[in-house]
Amino acid sequence: MLARLKQMLIKEFIQVFRDKRTRFVLLGPPIIQMLVFGYAATFEIHHVPTAVLDLDHSQESRELISRFTSSPYFDVQHQPTDYRQVGDLIDRGDVTVALRINAGFAQNLRKGQSAPVQVIVDATNSNTALIASGYINQIALGFAKHYQQDRIQRISPQMISIMPSVELEQRPWYNPDLRSRWFFVPGIVGSLTLVLVVTLTAFAVVREREIGTLEQIMVTPIRPIEFILGKTLPFFLIGLFDVSLIATVGTLWFQVPFRGQITVLFMGAILFLLCMLGVGLLISTVSATQQQAMVTSFFFIMPAVTFSGFGFPINTMPQWLQYLTYLSPLRYFLVVLRGTYLKGVGLDILWPQMTAMLALGVGLLTVAILRFHKALD
Amino acid sequence: MSVTRLLAVASKEILQILRDSRSLIIVLIMPVILVLLFGYGVSLDLKHLPIYVYDRDGSQQSQDLLKRFQASDYFEIVHVANSYAELPRALDNGNAKMAVVIPWDFSNRLRDGRPVQVQALVDATDDNTANVLIGYAQAVVQGYASDVQVDWLRDRGQLAGVTPLRVQTRTWYNEDLESSAFIVPGVLALVMSVIGAFLTSLTIAREWERGTMEQLVSTPVTPLEIMFGKLVPYFVIGMLDVIVCALIAVLWFHVPFRGSFVTLLFSSAMFMVVVLSLGFFISVIAKNQLAASQVALLATFLPAFLLSGFLYAIEQMPVVLQGITRILPARYYVSVLKKIFLKGTPTALLYADLVPLAIFTLVLALLATRSFHKRLA
Repeated sequence: MLARLKQMLIKEFIQVFRDKRTRFVLLGPPIIQMLVFGYAATFEIHHVPTAVLDLDHSQESRELISRFTSSPYFDVQHQPTDYRQVGDLIDRGDVTVALRINAGFAQNLRKGQSAPVQVIVDATNSNTALIASGYINQIALGFAKHYQQDRIQRISPQMISIMPSVELEQRPWYNPDLRSRWFFVPGIVGSLTLVLVVTLTAFAVVREREIGTLEQIMVTPIRPIEFILGKTLPFFLIGLFDVSLIATVGTLWFQVPFRGQITVLFMGAILFLLCMLGVGLLISTVSATQQQAMVTSFFFIMPAVTFSGFGFPINTMPQWLQYLTYLSPLRYFLVVLRGTYLKGVGLDILWPQMTAMLALGVGLLTVAILRFHKALD
Repeated sequence: MSVTRLLAVASKEILQILRDSRSLIIVLIMPVILVLLFGYGVSLDLKHLPIYVYDRDGSQQSQDLLKRFQASDYFEIVHVANSYAELPRALDNGNAKMAVVIPWDFSNRLRDGRPVQVQALVDATDDNTANVLIGYAQAVVQGYASDVQVDWLRDRGQLAGVTPLRVQTRTWYNEDLESSAFIVPGVLALVMSVIGAFLTSLTIAREWERGTMEQLVSTPVTPLEIMFGKLVPYFVIGMLDVIVCALIAVLWFHVPFRGSFVTLLFSSAMFMVVVLSLGFFISVIAKNQLAASQVALLATFLPAFLLSGFLYAIEQMPVVLQGITRILPARYYVSVLKKIFLKGTPTALLYADLVPLAIFTLVLALLATRSFHKRLA
């Protein structure tokens, strides 16, 4: 059996590495995607183009504006003089945020009345709008607090020292500078491996069927299980290689910390690859042509990635969809990846994810192998 | 160019699509699935995030503060911890996204008029969720602090009954900050990339791989007729899909449609020609289904997904990447889509997007035609 398996493996490796286009598929797309993702995928906001319409021209209004000017999140680029210009600026997309301070702002403040500040946010990108609104509120609260204190100071200086105050001390763990890249890069290791291994496995079998060489192999003494092993082992190894490659590039190039144990990461990767080989084989049993295999893979890949928590938190999905996410092996692998990269946790925390991937992997492979036997007969 | 021959090639292509049930499914169902997938799965509207609280004070005041967390839509107190050790563990295994710690001298300090700090430990693995969480937590604590201060001042006969500054935020174009309104219009670009480039590159590479392209070429059909005959059916399908997607967006997800429908069709037709030309060009060069489909995804789907402003704001990318997005047709098309759906920008003001899109359309169509001529010669 080993001798036959060896021959089969040799043939598979030759087939994969012989074609320079296939060699490119193994290396090119993963690295290009890694780089593009690492640079492009960000939900951070900096220097949001901002317009300020100051109709009050008071010391107070200038003080408020200077807080925006000095903030790293906003970039005051325009100072229009009337309200119509504000509308134009936002319509054209020149600014995302516009601040309008009405006449009487300082007067209201001095009288101890509430002074409204109008903020217009272009919510075409609802996420930028949400985060920007948060920062605007923080700046406004900071201003209000400062102003309030100043006033009390003037009324009775000793009072300020005994006035109670409560503050939130925020401690963002694992990713103290809140970098999107730290969130995305470990995830890319998982999603790219998924795409690569599923498509390659599905293609490898279907191509033989489409070209007609599958029959030729079947008339040799090779047994189905040897054939399956011969078809999956190379992609298992290629998958492991790609995990290492993408993980290394991500860590070295993007400087994402790796705080856990490599062994835990690889254990997760091995279990995850089992699931992906199972999916790839399953797709190959239901596809007669490469085009069908590609299309079916696409149908699997899109939801499996979207519903894994790769780019969008699972908490925000409708409840019924959240249950569906338990079926995506990537969901578990992402927890392992981010757990080992950022949190530095080990098996004592990650065992539920490992168990889930093992169960899914064994289940998928069993079904795939059973169906595969049938498809060969 | 003979219309009869062109129609003959086109009808052959249509027959092939109809005969292969899975291709038919992908062209009809896939757009619907993609729109639903992104409409439901991709949301950044964070609500009911699981948090732990650890109240070391256990006083009336600390309970008041915690009640405010409870009352907020954004938090859900899933566990009241009895020791600090529970908190890191909960963050490690993901049971809590944030842990609020109230110090033991909370009420004492408040009474004595000394500043108090409430601690928030945040799982910042996902920077975006963390950012939003911190913003909401800040708002809760600030609200509490300002109420405490106002009460305190009032007890001492000071007015200052109101918070001096009030921010009135207006979100334009997407008033309720719905993620689906921001995301779904851009899905049209993804759908067209898949239909246009991914599927056509596969079908044409298949003809090369199987050798049927030579058969076609040996008939009196001219290269131009082959190209148009093969692409016209996909063009029609792509345009139908655009309409279907737009309908789902508006009727199912209630995405506003404020611009001109004719402009939508016109710009979609241009983008369709862009992706079809790219798909054709790639298949002529790759002549191998695996490589063609991977390169097609890399050249069309990836930019449409990552670099078009579909999800990630272009202004927030590194400058070099921003420059690269300028040579990507998807960027202009997605920009047109968002403006037509959400902003209702008049067509005359869309020239900054439509002109580059038109140039790309012409250049790529020419490129595809020429490459095919050359390969045959």
